[in-house]
Amino acid sequence: MCCCKKLSEGAAEKFAELDAFIDTLNVDLNDERRRGRLIQVLHKAQEIFGYLPREIQQYVAQKLNLTEAQVSGVVSFYNYFTTEPKGKYCVDVCMGTACYVKGSEKVLSELERVLGVKADTHPTEDGLFSISALRCVGACGLAPVMMVNGKVYGKVTPAKAVEIVNEYKKQG
Amino acid sequence: MNKITSKECLLAAYNECKGKLVLRETAAHDINSAKKELLCCGGTGCHASNSKELMDNLTAAIKKNGLENDVKVVQTGCFGFCAQGPIVKVMPDNVFYVQVTPEDAEEIVEKHIVGKQLVERLLFVEPQLKSRIADYAQMSFYAKQQRISLRNCGLLDPEDISEYIANEGYQALAKCLFEMKPAEVVQEVLNSGLCGRGGAGFPTGLKWKIAASVAADEKYIICNADEGDPGAFMDRSIMEGDPNSIIEAMAIGAYAIGAQNGLVYIRAEYPLAVNRLQIAINEARELGLLGKNIMGTDFCFDIEIKLGAGAFVCGEETALIHSMEGQRGEPTTKPPFPANVGGGYWGCSSNVNNVETYATIPEIIRKGAAWYSKIGNWNAEFDENGNWVKTISGNSGTKVFALAGQINNVGLVEVPMGTTLREIIYEIGGGISGGRQFKAVQTGGPSGGCITAENLDTPIDYMNLSKIGSMMGSGGMIVLSDKDCMPAMARFYLDFTKDESCGKCTPCRIGTRRMLEMLDKICEGNGTEEMLTDLENLAKTITDTALCGLGQTAPNPILSTLRYFRDEYIAHVRDKRCPSGTCRKLFRLKINENCIGCTKCKRNCPVNAITGELKQLHVIDQNKCIKCGACIDGCPKKAIVME
Repeated sequence: MCCCKKLSEGAAEKFAELDAFIDTLNVDLNDERRRGRLIQVLHKAQEIFGYLPREIQQYVAQKLNLTEAQVSGVVSFYNYFTTEPKGKYCVDVCMGTACYVKGSEKVLSELERVLGVKADTHPTEDGLFSISALRCVGACGLAPVMMVNGKVYGKVTPAKAVEIVNEYKKQG
Repeated sequence: MNKITSKECLLAAYNECKGKLVLRETAAHDINSAKKELLCCGGTGCHASNSKELMDNLTAAIKKNGLENDVKVVQTGCFGFCAQGPIVKVMPDNVFYVQVTPEDAEEIVEKHIVGKQLVERLLFVEPQLKSRIADYAQMSFYAKQQRISLRNCGLLDPEDISEYIANEGYQALAKCLFEMKPAEVVQEVLNSGLCGRGGAGFPTGLKWKIAASVAADEKYIICNADEGDPGAFMDRSIMEGDPNSIIEAMAIGAYAIGAQNGLVYIRAEYPLAVNRLQIAINEARELGLLGKNIMGTDFCFDIEIKLGAGAFVCGEETALIHSMEGQRGEPTTKPPFPANVGGGYWGCSSNVNNVETYATIPEIIRKGAAWYSKIGNWNAEFDENGNWVKTISGNSGTKVFALAGQINNVGLVEVPMGTTLREIIYEIGGGISGGRQFKAVQTGGPSGGCITAENLDTPIDYMNLSKIGSMMGSGGMIVLSDKDCMPAMARFYLDFTKDESCGKCTPCRIGTRRMLEMLDKICEGNGTEEMLTDLENLAKTITDTALCGLGQTAPNPILSTLRYFRDEYIAHVRDKRCPSGTCRKLFRLKINENCIGCTKCKRNCPVNAITGELKQLHVIDQNKCIKCGACIDGCPKKAIVME
């Protein structure tokens, strides 16, 4: 089956956007150094599709004249790449050392308990939330830190964290 | 600005621009000056606390008062005092406002700028003096610092190259290109005593000398900006606050070793730094400071940014190179070293240095090795020509530390080598937060160790820190108090290294997992005393046998906590007790007779584990309790105790 049909609505435009990006790189498909572009292309693909399922990995492999194993090896190695879709709201809890000593583990376990999903697995059943444990975001002065879709909340407590996600829940 | 095609062009540009910094560089306290600049921190930390909105509101308030010709809002890099952000510094008044919210913008403009009066409530309260001070030079946080790599952070607009040029930027590169041979540049860096600030502390000049001695047509100079140590953020701050100094230093390095291409490997988690660096590269290219025939010479050099994708091991230079080549970031054995043909990027001779190291280079070239080598506690032997022969003790220059954890003044501090931990923690850092007791300070991140009270007066340099069982690392400094559990800290770091182990070599892949399992058992009360011996033996084996720095140093947090806090481990395994009350499985929460039945704990409990009527003694249901401690924090009578 064509991978466009398996992925969500608007997939054709998304693939076109990825193609346009790859075109700007002027990759020589016979140059051994073409592989140096792979991580850059995967970043773009994840930005467009939200995650990197096997279909996208195959597509990227074909576009760069690499094997699927080479692409999959890279995707599975790096934390930044995900093969699972994310929830509508990505809740990230910083687990850097500064946040850890200020109690971010308690924040994380309280969020896992309230939302009923473990960090770095799948989103909640309603698709609203997914939780990730992040490495240092560098906002150590605000520890402990959590983020919802990139918006930073500093000096959170377990109770405050629950309040924050409840606000998003209300918005649906 | 015109394209810079010669040394004279650069000087002309400098003369044209230097007026831009007049208000900012004064030590005066001129509140009556009509012309003013409001410097606002535009680093990631302050952005998170709405500094962008604050800048918009300041600009709007200035306009509302018709002052837009005299008063300017400038977005600068990080001031380093992150705990007090967002920061607004008013110049030439030298007034430093802290924790400013967007709502405070109008008051600053109307009271301070129009009314010429200080906004007292926004001034910093000195913890020791308990009084408010306006001038940042008098704040204990800044008084002992010497900012060299951070010199432009909090001073210049990082998105405007003309401000960098106004502060004598690119003059060090011009000095190299027009007055020095490549070998002289290498010698100057050697004589400065500068050591790699990424962690290992290898002499930078020596690294350059080796790379320069390799005969090859294609060479690379690489900047390692994969700051993976959780809790260290100086590289991010430098890239966000002063990207041009990295570009200039890489060009100097390229000239010294004979490279034509530069690469910056930077974490994707630092979008603002990537963006600022890209802006600076584009601006430098437009001015002819990157590209072909720089400043009219034969020297050609350009820089490309390579994004990482979240892997701690990629801070290791061979892993970093593999990652840039689009492979899994796995390290390989050295030799071949990156400088060797066959060991670097696509097999080409490559030289890798860290961000902070590069940020120091232009100052060394501009002011000279003699100036730099006198800063710090460096004691070295030189030959009759004044060239470095060997280091006897100490290190030259300054080091940036990211001070965090249980400390009052969280932030970035830059101090001369040889400063003691006591000065950093108690003078600059303002002491332990919440009036707690100092227990230890963890340096070097997941590869480092902890330092206890008895070593607080050790002068900090690379050798001294490894002597006391820790390491400099990238400069993360996490202060721990009596409420932190040391086995749990070791477990935290092991959990990190276990996740980040690339899996290539067995000692690291399996060894870190086995050590973590033992620590899990210890923290859950299932440990035995024999386990401590096993743990120690396994840790030493991994140190000796792992392939790269990540694996070799992964056991350090365990070895160092076992060395200094063995009694805490014993309490966990023998008495099944966690002295600091961190390990949840080792204590229960109970309410004692001090309870007045105010019902506050019952309302605070997230899992409804507390029952009790108003004015009656409350009880915790141990089956429901998740030991989150929310009840303790709220109790007015301190009636909730751990046992």
